[in-house]
Amino acid sequence: MSVVTVEGLRKTYGDLVAVRDIDLAVEAGEVFGILGPNGAGKTTTVECVAGLRAPDAGRIEVLGLDPATDSDRLHEQVGVQQQQGALPPKLRVGEALELYAGFYRDAEDPRRLAATLGLTDRWDAPYRVLSGGQKQRVSIALALVGRPRLAILDELTTGLDPAARRETWGLIRSMRDQGVTVVLVTHSMEEAGELCDRVALIDHGRVVAAGTPARLAHEHGGGTRMSFRPTGTIEDAVLTGLPSVRRVVRDGDRIAVTGDPEAVVDVVLALDRVGVRPADLEVASGTLDDAFLALTGHRFHEAEDGGPR
Amino acid sequence: MSATGTVARHRGAFRRLLAVEARLAWREPVALVWGVGLPVVLVLIFGNISAFREVLPGSGGLTVLDAYLPVLVMVVLAMLGLVGLPVPLATYRELGVLRRMSTTPVHPSWVLGAQLVVNLAMAAVAVALVLGVGMALGAQLPSQALGFALALVLATATLFTLGLCVAAMARTARAAAAVGNALFFPLAFFGGLWLPQPVMPEVLQRISGYTPTGAAVQAMTSTVQGSFPSLASLLVMGGYAVVFAVVAVRTFRWE
Repeated sequence: MSVVTVEGLRKTYGDLVAVRDIDLAVEAGEVFGILGPNGAGKTTTVECVAGLRAPDAGRIEVLGLDPATDSDRLHEQVGVQQQQGALPPKLRVGEALELYAGFYRDAEDPRRLAATLGLTDRWDAPYRVLSGGQKQRVSIALALVGRPRLAILDELTTGLDPAARRETWGLIRSMRDQGVTVVLVTHSMEEAGELCDRVALIDHGRVVAAGTPARLAHEHGGGTRMSFRPTGTIEDAVLTGLPSVRRVVRDGDRIAVTGDPEAVVDVVLALDRVGVRPADLEVASGTLDDAFLALTGHRFHEAEDGGPR
Repeated sequence: MSATGTVARHRGAFRRLLAVEARLAWREPVALVWGVGLPVVLVLIFGNISAFREVLPGSGGLTVLDAYLPVLVMVVLAMLGLVGLPVPLATYRELGVLRRMSTTPVHPSWVLGAQLVVNLAMAAVAVALVLGVGMALGAQLPSQALGFALALVLATATLFTLGLCVAAMARTARAAAAVGNALFFPLAFFGGLWLPQPVMPEVLQRISGYTPTGAAVQAMTSTVQGSFPSLASLLVMGGYAVVFAVVAVRTFRWE
């Protein structure tokens, strides 16, 4: 069942086209990544999904509701954590959780939520003294306090140190394990690869590809690459004849092979049959970064300068 | 979920929001210090200066202290309206508090509602204290109660809607505080904080009558003298209130 369906979404701010044409389908119970450089249109897309902005064109359905006209019912069931969403500096963690719990029909017990997120000993702490990771956890808590069926998390781990990032990733996994569908907006390839069941790669307001991170990396990331120094002489044909091998290149005494993921094992076995061993073997698989480059013609982080937001 | 259940839940949420805003106003007591503390301290000081017990020339028999009570009531309303109300709202918008709230079933306008209630409550307490302390120190209180109440309501409406314009136009908390203060000083001047209206030069007196604060003090002073406020002063305040309210509604943004 689709929790979020987006078809032909378009949103402009004056002359600026933030979202050109976006289609998405998020299935129940998955962590769905919206991945792209800064300015690709990710935040605008989820703001339309969350009913915070009205699209110029296209159709959006979230949990069977139209966000533009049914935002009250939508907000009961969708938890949103936005970028730069701070709290009053002197508001205490417990006060914030209890306040927001009171906004929802069927809210989570704030004390229990604080315990789950490791905030119990910060219950009486004012927001301003919290660390970056703790502030993010409060933000997640506020997005979850209404027991949402869908959580939209925008740039959740930006600015966190590596330990806090890993911790936050753990929280998102446990969220999914409890049956919450998660839409994760990120410009971190690593985060998308680590957390997401499926991702949509977005560039300049368009979806350039969608699928599991591994599949995107394989299909568009240039395949698996291996290189080695053969211990004996070997004909190219031994390798090029393998169905999983796409390309064989010699570089001095080394041989570089590009192909499907299975090519690694196929090549090693083929070498073994002729009594040759691959010395100094190096294997690299295609990455989401490579896929992005192949799909858009520019490097992921180059795309971050300029372009529509 | 029945409609009554929803109403009860909303009422509970608003009460909780109110409690939180009141606690935050206590913890960040700018409004409390300048909007409540300062005017009360000024009454205490003025009431103990013997020169303030002398009759103010041109005031129709009021002592300087009598003439200052309406001025200090105006200071309460101007401080809370121009600083107490808009600074937290601009802060919340800048921090993204209002934005976050717009993703919940509760609309951010509730925060504005809670801020209004908190500042009105502070104003009620401060006005009661200014009048009470003034009376205890021998000042003459407004004897035209209905006229005073009307003047008070219109003055509050004028200064609070002007504060909402400040909150609407200022992009940051600092800007809101700067604009609020920049408006406070000239308005307090025309209200007679430095030079009570009866001793202002004639030109200034006239200009003062057309300012929100000058009209407010004029209206309240009449009620101390036992007469109903002039229609002109009430119309000036009412007119400003309508204009400011329209501007605030048209320009206010939640994010």
